[in-house]
Amino acid sequence: MKRRVVITGMGCVTPLGHDVETLWSSLLGGDSGLGVTELFDASTFPTTFSSQVKGFDLPAELADGRHRHAGRHTRFALAAALEAWRAAGLGDSGRFDPDRTGIYLGSGEGSLDFENFTSLLVDGWGEQKLDTAAWGRHAFERMSVHRETEQEANMVVAHLAAELGVRGPAFNCLTACAASTQATGEATQIIRYGDADAMVTGGAHSMIHPYGMTGFIRLTALSGRNDDIPRASRPFDLTRDGFVLGEGASILVLEEYELAASRGAPMLAEIIGYGSSADAYRITDQDPEGEGAAAGMRAALEDAGLTPADIDYISAHGTSTPLNDSVETRAIKAVFGDRAPDVPISSVKGALGHLIAAAGATELITCVLALRDGIIPPTANYQVPDPECDLDYVPNVPRKMELNTIMSNSFGFGGQNDTLIIRRI
Amino acid sequence: MARRRVVVTGLGVVTPAGTGIEALFANLLAGARAIKRIDLFDPSTFPCQIGGQLNGFSARDFVPKSYRKAVKVMARDIEIAVVAADLAVRDSGIATKGIDNGAPDIESSRLGCNIGAGLMCADLDELGAAVNTSVTDGAFDIVAWGREGMNNLTPLWLLKYLPNMLSCHVTIIHAAKGPSNTITCGEASGHLAVGEAARTIVRGAADAAIAGGAESKVNPMGLLRLCLLNRAVTTGNDSPGEAVRPMDVRHAGSAVGEGGGLLILEDRDRADRRGARIYAEVVGFGAACDPGGVDYLQATDGNIGGAMRAALRDAGIAPAQVGLIIPNGTAVAAEDAAEARAIREVFGEDAGRIPSVPLTGSMGNLFAGAGGVDLAVAAMALHRQTIPPAVNGDEAAADCPLNLPAEPIEGGLDYALCVSATVGGQSGAVILKRYEP
Repeated sequence: MKRRVVITGMGCVTPLGHDVETLWSSLLGGDSGLGVTELFDASTFPTTFSSQVKGFDLPAELADGRHRHAGRHTRFALAAALEAWRAAGLGDSGRFDPDRTGIYLGSGEGSLDFENFTSLLVDGWGEQKLDTAAWGRHAFERMSVHRETEQEANMVVAHLAAELGVRGPAFNCLTACAASTQATGEATQIIRYGDADAMVTGGAHSMIHPYGMTGFIRLTALSGRNDDIPRASRPFDLTRDGFVLGEGASILVLEEYELAASRGAPMLAEIIGYGSSADAYRITDQDPEGEGAAAGMRAALEDAGLTPADIDYISAHGTSTPLNDSVETRAIKAVFGDRAPDVPISSVKGALGHLIAAAGATELITCVLALRDGIIPPTANYQVPDPECDLDYVPNVPRKMELNTIMSNSFGFGGQNDTLIIRRI
Repeated sequence: MARRRVVVTGLGVVTPAGTGIEALFANLLAGARAIKRIDLFDPSTFPCQIGGQLNGFSARDFVPKSYRKAVKVMARDIEIAVVAADLAVRDSGIATKGIDNGAPDIESSRLGCNIGAGLMCADLDELGAAVNTSVTDGAFDIVAWGREGMNNLTPLWLLKYLPNMLSCHVTIIHAAKGPSNTITCGEASGHLAVGEAARTIVRGAADAAIAGGAESKVNPMGLLRLCLLNRAVTTGNDSPGEAVRPMDVRHAGSAVGEGGGLLILEDRDRADRRGARIYAEVVGFGAACDPGGVDYLQATDGNIGGAMRAALRDAGIAPAQVGLIIPNGTAVAAEDAAEARAIREVFGEDAGRIPSVPLTGSMGNLFAGAGGVDLAVAAMALHRQTIPPAVNGDEAAADCPLNLPAEPIEGGLDYALCVSATVGGQSGAVILKRYEP
């Protein structure tokens, strides 16, 4: 028999709040996380805004020696992990087996040392190309071992392992915008298989730096509504023109059901389905028919032993790019058939922006809260219906509804599709 | 129902010591020393100027004609993965879309992909050319960059450097639409990717998978980072071939390398049905981490002991049954000592008997590319019943009392274990078994 996996703790640091309850009340209250980019001077960039974590400081008890060089997204993750760990009742020592507890994150690379890295490209520039000898001379004077090493995508895992004292299986996957959904799915598999009894999972990311912004702008992926910032992200709306780059971290504690029950852990929801697929279509675009996305959803349903009729609500990837939202709609129709118009669908990215690698875990947290409170968080900024997106997107106002089973989608650049299904316990 | 079993039916390697498993294995048996002075860029102001580089390397000749244009948007890491995948798939005899567009013989949705990747370095010439259009009074001018400068970058610039683009290109070429992942845990990435991919087959989510890792660190940023961590050998610039000496008494540091290895993992029944050549069976996987790994200026073992014990448990074998260990063997003295200590703790006195063969002495540190190469070599060793020698392992260091074979060893090999940990403290171990029809 399959070992069952339950969520026993959650924590987050997001543009709409530095803890789970603040995020939730902000989403239901109609707040927006979007604003003019303040982390650097983006005033001449085609997109001048983003969805930033504001006013965040690492809690005093975490700001000690071993975390003092931690990068921006690692700091988000540390605070989120501590919140999740305490919520799960694992804050006191001796209540978990470190060798049976692991970490599986979908975290992004750390922010680069922009100022020094860029000045080296200027000062080390030769005839039409980099003079690497000159570059090297300057680099050893300017670059810091900490700033460089903390950029490695496994360093968030390293900091969390140190803080929580776990010694079990530890992974980081970086499948772009699907990463933390995939991490949660794989962490679930690790507990099911028996490699661990508890897993800390989720993700952290910040690409709000000049090259991150540049990269997405060059791909024409971002919204350019500099004159209407709070309403720039409008998933499924006809006038959507791109996603809004966000940052943050969300962490969940997963445990094997029997052990969680035996220690009286809070059981917030059960993860019953996980599906992963690849579009194998193009590096730039999703498969326009949404076959890959549909395959991920179907695999998750099959894993859960459910049919589409069992799903009460879909937390969409819903990025607010022209392509994603219509492809996702098509994929949902392919999977849900006649029932597609009756399933409420929403994307919190309208209010929150796109947290990239951290997006999926953040959205999973909102799914767990939706289950708890019987409220669907709305799709913000939805005004003009798109004939290609003709389903029920729960526009602008939260909806009260009894919820038992929820599906959450994440799709990454490069055609990476991951879907999770959770259920009330 | 019996647990599904996973076998290795294809091997694809791209390394400084040889491309293609036959070439690499022959070179390793001959004790190939492929570390040379770096000439992909001028390293003269770096304290370490050597590495394991691929010369004259391009993916152009390894992709379907229709896909050749895409090579322009591949970072070197991606090119390595694409070539390794091509070699592995061909070696397996499976006809994917990339091999035979007319009649693929595997259902796309049942073919997975799991490729370990590193932190890719932007092409500094390309980025530098754009950055230097936005310089005012000798300094970068972000206002000019936002207005004009950034337009000098190709629109797809970002997609060259996303870690999941290795698996993305490979899945497109081979129409691999099954479970797909990208593990980014440094030198443990390839081991973790292969272990995880094997589990997807065990649980029935896929029938076959392309799994392993690829990375290039032979670039200014890769070399800088290794040097900043004091992991680079700085005493071997005049004798590159002998400079990297894993577990040897004169080990004095590591060197950057580039390369990758991808394995075709396949459900054993499927492989048997189609009469595939089977190199080995994947019988054990374990992963672990060391909470002390965050102090990356200190050498730690990444809790490889935990990973190896978990893999041995998963395989249901005793440590003494292992006949070959391929460790990380960075050749950084403190890291070697920590790794050897962990191996001694798990294997006891047998650690001094079982051949340990780190590949880094021959080709440098391939980081995310290492695990796939190590596992491909281990699979080949089981298949050929021949263990290659430990290059530059002339005399084991006192605190690394392992058996570093000076010559190839023939016969009697039932199980091989590959293990690695990375800076930051994650580790993975995979055990392969000799295939018995």
